Amino acid sequence: MTLFIFRRVLQGALVIFMMSLVVFVGIYQIGNPIDILINPEAPPRVRQEVIERLGLDQPLPTQYLRFVLGALQGDLGDSYVYNVPAFSLIAKALPATLELAFAGLLLAIVLGVPLGMWAGYRPEHWSSKAIMGVSILGFSLPTFWVGLMMIVIFSVELRWLPSGGRGETASLFGIHFSFLTWNGLTHLLLPALNLALFKLGLVIRLVRASMQEVLKQDFIRFARAKGLPQRVVVGVHAFRNILLPLTTILGLEFGSLVAFAVVTETIFAWPGMGTLIIKSISVLDRPVIVAYLMMTAFLFVIINLLVDIAYSLLDPRVRLGEEQG
Amino acid sequence: MSAQHPPSAGHTVAETAPLALEVRDLLTRFVTKRVALTAVDGISIAVRRGRIMALVGESGSGKSVTGLSIMGLIDPPGQIAGGEVRVGGQRFDVTDDRQMRRLRGNRLAMIFQDPMMTLNPVLRISRQMTEAITTHHPEVTRAEARARAHSALALVGIPSPRERLDNFPHQLSGGMRQRVAIATALLNNPEVIIADEPTTALDVTIQSQILYEVERVCETHGTAFVWITHDLSVVANLAHDVTVMYAGRIVETGPVRDVLENPLHPYTRGLIDSVPDIDIRKGKLIPIAGMTPQLADLPQGCKFAPRCPLRVPECAAEPPLVTRADGRAVRCVRPLDTEPPR
Repeated sequence: MTLFIFRRVLQGALVIFMMSLVVFVGIYQIGNPIDILINPEAPPRVRQEVIERLGLDQPLPTQYLRFVLGALQGDLGDSYVYNVPAFSLIAKALPATLELAFAGLLLAIVLGVPLGMWAGYRPEHWSSKAIMGVSILGFSLPTFWVGLMMIVIFSVELRWLPSGGRGETASLFGIHFSFLTWNGLTHLLLPALNLALFKLGLVIRLVRASMQEVLKQDFIRFARAKGLPQRVVVGVHAFRNILLPLTTILGLEFGSLVAFAVVTETIFAWPGMGTLIIKSISVLDRPVIVAYLMMTAFLFVIINLLVDIAYSLLDPRVRLGEEQG
Repeated sequence: MSAQHPPSAGHTVAETAPLALEVRDLLTRFVTKRVALTAVDGISIAVRRGRIMALVGESGSGKSVTGLSIMGLIDPPGQIAGGEVRVGGQRFDVTDDRQMRRLRGNRLAMIFQDPMMTLNPVLRISRQMTEAITTHHPEVTRAEARARAHSALALVGIPSPRERLDNFPHQLSGGMRQRVAIATALLNNPEVIIADEPTTALDVTIQSQILYEVERVCETHGTAFVWITHDLSVVANLAHDVTVMYAGRIVETGPVRDVLENPLHPYTRGLIDSVPDIDIRKGKLIPIAGMTPQLADLPQGCKFAPRCPLRVPECAAEPPLVTRADGRAVRCVRPLDTEPPR
C-alpha cells in the first residue's frame, strides 16, 4: 500500500510537470497580454517598462524556468490584473467551486443511485421507462440552456430561489461555505442541480446497467435461496457490487464536474474558479490561467489516487501492491 | 456400468421414514408475448427423510427448472402454473413469495452448480452465512449466529473455520467455496436440500470428498436431498432413488439399483450406455442418436420416440407414467422388461 501510494505520487508529479510544460508553452502562443493590459496610447517607454517588469522580454525557456523555480516554492507568479499572487486568487475561489462540485456530485448520487437501481430492478415498469427518458434529457440538453431555464422558472417566474451569487456564507475551519446557512443553501440549490443534471443522467444509466448485470449473477440467486427479503438481496448484495463501477466513474467525473463548473458558475454568478478563469482568459491574465490549469491537474491526480484507494477498500479482490503499476 | 453401492446407502435409513418433500403435478411455464413453453410438465416426486433422490437427464430436460420451481425461485417470464409442494407434510403455495421466503434457507435449502459464482465477492463469509440464520431467526444474537456458522463450516470439513469466516470468497478454492455453500444451506438444519449439480464444476477428488460429506450429513441429520445431476456415476454412488427426466417429464423413477441395473425406459438405457467406463476392455460408448428436442418444437406422442431405437407405431400417442407393483414407474408403451411381441 505504501509503495503503491509512493509510486502514484511520483506518477502524479510527472503528470503535473508535463502539464506545466504544455500549459505554459500553449498559453504563451496566444495573444499578447500587453495589448490588453496597457492603454494603446501609452508612451513606448512605459510600455517597455511594463514588459520588463512582467518578464515578457525574456526568451520562453527562461520564462518557463523562472516559473518552475517559483512554482516549486509555491509561487505561481502574480496576476497581471490584480497584482496579487495568482495562487492566492485561485485558493480564494477554490472552496466555492469545490463546494458547488461536491453539491452537484452529491445530488447526482443521492438522486441517481436509487433511480438507477429501481430502473435496473424493474426495467419493464412504466416508471423505469420514464426515468430512462428523463436521463436522456439529462445529458442531451445543453447545461447553459437548462441553467437559464431554471433561472427563468424558479427565480424570475416563481420567485422561489435566488438567481445568483453565494448568498450568506458561514465559516468552517476558516473557509467560507454557503451550505452552512439557509440563505446560502437556497443559493446553492439551483447551480448544484444544474451542474448535477448531466452527471445524474450518467449515474442513472450506469447504475441501471450494473444492476441488471449483477441481478443475473448466481450469488443473487443464492442470496434469495437463503430466504433473504428482497430489500436485503437488492440493497446489500446487489448494491455492494454496484458501488465498484460507480466509484471509478464518479472519481473520473468529479474532475470534469470541476471543469464544467465554469459554465454553471458563469450563469449563476457563482464566485468560484470558473468565474475567475473566464475573466482571466478575457484579459489574458496568464499567471492566473496557468495557476488554474495547474490546480485542476493537481485535483485530478489527487482524485484518482483517492479513487484507487477507495476501490481497494470496496473490492476485497483488489490489492494495492506489487502487481499494480 | 458397474454400480458399486456403498453398503450404507439404502439400508441404514428406513424406507418408511416420513416424507420430507412431496411435489405433486408441478407445472412450470415460460410465457412470452408470443408463446408459452412448458419446461416442467406435471412432475411429481417424493423424498423421505435421510434419503437422496437423484434427478437426472440431459441438459434442457427441465431438471434445474424443477429444482428452482420447488424453491419458488423461478423468475419471469417463467411462472409456476400448477402443482403443490409439501415440506414435512405441510403444504406451501409455490407462487406465494412471502410464504416461500420463510421456507427458503430455513426448511428448504438449495446449493448451486458453480461455486465460483455462488458467493458474493464483496461480502465476508461470516456475513453471508450468519444472515441466513438471522433472517429466519431474528432472536439469535450475532455471536451465536457466528458460532453456528463456525460449527457448520467444521461439519463440512473446512480446516481452520475461524479464519475462513473472516475471509472473502476469492481467498478460497472452488472446493472450499462449495463447502461453504453447503454449510450455509445446512445452517438452519433444513428438512430438504436441493442440490443443482453441485459437484459438476469440481475436480473428481474434491467431488468425492464433498459427496462423502453430503452422505454423512444426510445420515446424521436425516436431511433429504434432491440431487440434480447428469452424472450417472454420482447417482450410482450417492443416491437411494433416481428419477429420470426427459423434455420436462418424468420417464422413469425407482430405487437407484433397480433403475441402473435394469432400466425400463429406452432413454434410461441410452443414458447408461453413454457413460464412459474406466475399464478399457468394455468396448465402445453407445451415444443416444439425435438431440434433446426444443421446448417450442416437441414431437407429438412420446417425446423420446424420434430418438428411440425401439419405437413402434403405438408411440404416436403419449403414454402415461405407470406405477408398477414393485414401486417403480415408467412412461413407455413397451418397457424394456416386457417380452417383444411375436
